[in-house]
Amino acid sequence: MEVAKHWRETPERYRLEAGKCSKCGKISFPGRLICPECGYREFVIHKLSGKGKLDTFTIIRTAPSGFEDLAPYAVGIVELEDGIKILGQITDCDPETLKTGDKLVAKFRRINEDGKTGMIYYAYKFVPDVGI
Amino acid sequence: MRDVAIIGIGMTKFGELWEKSLRDLAVEAALKCLADAGTDRIDSITIGCMTGGLFNGQEHLASLIPDYLGRRNTPAVRVESACASGGMAVRAAFMEVASGMSDYVLALGVEKMNDVSGDLATAALATAADGDYEAFHGINFPGLYALMARAHMEKYGTTREQLALVAVKNHRNGALNPHSQFPMEITVDTVLKSAGVADPLCLFDCSPVTDGAAAVLLTTVDEAKKLGKQPLVVISGIGAATDTIALSQRKDILKLEAIELAAQRALKMAGKTIKDIQFAEVHDCFTIAEIMVIEALGIVEPGQGGPATAAGLTALDGKFPINPSGGLKSKGHPVGATGVAQICEAVTQLRRQAGKRQIKNAKTALTQNMGGSGGSCVIHILEAK
Repeated sequence: MEVAKHWRETPERYRLEAGKCSKCGKISFPGRLICPECGYREFVIHKLSGKGKLDTFTIIRTAPSGFEDLAPYAVGIVELEDGIKILGQITDCDPETLKTGDKLVAKFRRINEDGKTGMIYYAYKFVPDVGI
Repeated sequence: MRDVAIIGIGMTKFGELWEKSLRDLAVEAALKCLADAGTDRIDSITIGCMTGGLFNGQEHLASLIPDYLGRRNTPAVRVESACASGGMAVRAAFMEVASGMSDYVLALGVEKMNDVSGDLATAALATAADGDYEAFHGINFPGLYALMARAHMEKYGTTREQLALVAVKNHRNGALNPHSQFPMEITVDTVLKSAGVADPLCLFDCSPVTDGAAAVLLTTVDEAKKLGKQPLVVISGIGAATDTIALSQRKDILKLEAIELAAQRALKMAGKTIKDIQFAEVHDCFTIAEIMVIEALGIVEPGQGGPATAAGLTALDGKFPINPSGGLKSKGHPVGATGVAQICEAVTQLRRQAGKRQIKNAKTALTQNMGGSGGSCVIHILEAK
């Protein structure tokens, strides 16, 4: 992955910035140029709370390249308080104890790195929401 | 629109074909198809291939394949829709014949996946997901289908054994198919004791990495009649549809909307309902996929895919046989070839040439081919006249 490709996504990956349709209020993450709900083309930045509950998940045992050292690790779809669902890893817990419905919160974490470019990719991962 | 018939089919064996290159596979399938059709005429070629670039460092198949097929100067185009590339290539060929633009069109699907390591093959396939918001986070296709599998199990009570029975049934069929990559029978235990890939899915829930090619020759029904083709196999309906590329953005991840819509469109075009269809080849890239697809097609109610499979509905001798070929699971899944190979199997059945896996009185068939986690889908309805 190239530097610019990651840099372009930093508002979403570092700050959980979504786009909120100025007409119908539909939140899109990542942001889009056209609202998938009503077709409107103007948005305001909406910062996601990052809090939500686990909708479904898997424990990856045979990992894709670049993630081998992490396995086994959990990846899930989390339904956020904002009413949208996003996919991410779930960490800081034993994946074997996870259950759907668990309360989670997004935290800033290292995802991967690119040895060739020296890039370290940061973004959100979900951790158990213990109210801190 | 002109009515369109399939007058030739041809397939390579599916498997790890070390001695054969991308171009060798494509040419072999095309030559078998022409021999089967009994004609040498090709006015145009459509090619389904997901990613010759990532698997073989080779794009521009629209020049390579006509060249090595001895058809330099014939127009050709590659069609890409991830794992639905093959079915979409047949759809493109259909449109060319139906519109009157060309009379004889070869639709060819090919994928040569074993020229890269398993790691790189999985990475290449992962490009069919949302690269920036799915693959980036360390999830691959077994993982995405595992998300659906867990949700299906929790909502409907689908069991681990029911998922395994899809693989058991498809291997039983595939053992009767000379083209199969893994033509051996397996048991529920084989699946449950295989290595964990992405919970709740194990290795034997997943279709394999495969080399292979398949081709069909399309022409008008009038031309096919002139050639004296009996039985005449026609494409009476085609439907295609798309959905969000990211699984998380669907309102309900258990609803394969692209499959539902493609089926409605194909059946409407054919003037049929799902009750008029006798059997189907469906896209069982993972065991859960077959269960969700037979629900989306309306063969069973939502949530009933698992129990119906366990009850034998979809077996070769069941009321609605699914994947008589062995499916992607046993026959193999060279992604760009898969949609074309499904149609080859349907034609073989409709011609009553399927030997030990022949479905009795086969007259109407449906083939369902999808890309990614259901982000694209193409469905064909075939009939023997």
